[in-house]
Amino acid sequence: MSEANLTMHSTAIEAREAPAFAIPHKKLVMWLFIISDAVTFGAILFAYGYLRNATTDWPKPFESASVLNAYIMTCVLVTSSLTMLLAIRAAKSGEKPRAIVWAWLTMAGGLMFALLHVKEWLGLIRQGLTLLANPWGSGLFGAAFFSITGLHLTHVVAGCVAISVVTLGYKRGRYDSMDLEIWGLYWHFVDLVWMFVVPLVYLLNLKR
Amino acid sequence: METFEGPSGSVTTYLVVYVAILAISGLQILVAYSSIETASMLFRMLALAIVQAGLAITFFMHMKSEKRNLALFLLPATVFVLAMMNMIWSDSFRLLTMRPFAH
Repeated sequence: MSEANLTMHSTAIEAREAPAFAIPHKKLVMWLFIISDAVTFGAILFAYGYLRNATTDWPKPFESASVLNAYIMTCVLVTSSLTMLLAIRAAKSGEKPRAIVWAWLTMAGGLMFALLHVKEWLGLIRQGLTLLANPWGSGLFGAAFFSITGLHLTHVVAGCVAISVVTLGYKRGRYDSMDLEIWGLYWHFVDLVWMFVVPLVYLLNLKR
Repeated sequence: METFEGPSGSVTTYLVVYVAILAISGLQILVAYSSIETASMLFRMLALAIVQAGLAITFFMHMKSEKRNLALFLLPATVFVLAMMNMIWSDSFRLLTMRPFAH
């Protein structure tokens, strides 16, 4: 290959591999995943809205205790987003031990959220809520409630696993602050979805 | 090899946004306990949730410090798809008015 051809070839490779939007490729991949996941949650929330609007005997089972629990869950999740930000900040400034502590606190927040969620579920199941029936009205409520909150809970648990793996990898030098930041994006997205789930699923179905 | 530092906000900004998000969640609860129509309640709660989401995307997810092209690439497509989903409402209302078949 001539020198001119080699130069053109290497220029072509550089042009092809230039990072889009000046962010690393894996960060762009996470953003693309987030928007596809946002649409998934959007679809499931729209389906819930469709059912709720078209069903005359839609149940309103949530009492003040459930609202308080949902608010505590929000506080826990938003706090874990804050600790994730602090982990990323510490990692970027080279404070590895501090970054690891904040990342573990984030995961602990996620686990606490999951436990509070399971407690909420068990309380409703004890009152007779199942996927297909409940003592308050339309049987569709259980399917909608468990689908939406279950999908969100799955994301939280997956996030806890991912943050653990990345934190361990970061501790061992396999991952860097960018990996923490990328999973931080995911974690904030999970937080963001919850901001829509609480008003639509809990607050609009408040017992009066 | 190109290195990426990535955006990083100040702790004060994070704390202000954190408090604002929790305060808005509190406001949503106040709206839930107010005696207004369900539709009005829904719109108010959604408006508050959109503000919360905007704060989270802008400051927690650092969209503010990324290149504007990234937001222009991601947000319109997402908003467009979500907006298109609104076509289901006419059918939802049709089911409501076609009772007793709507069970």
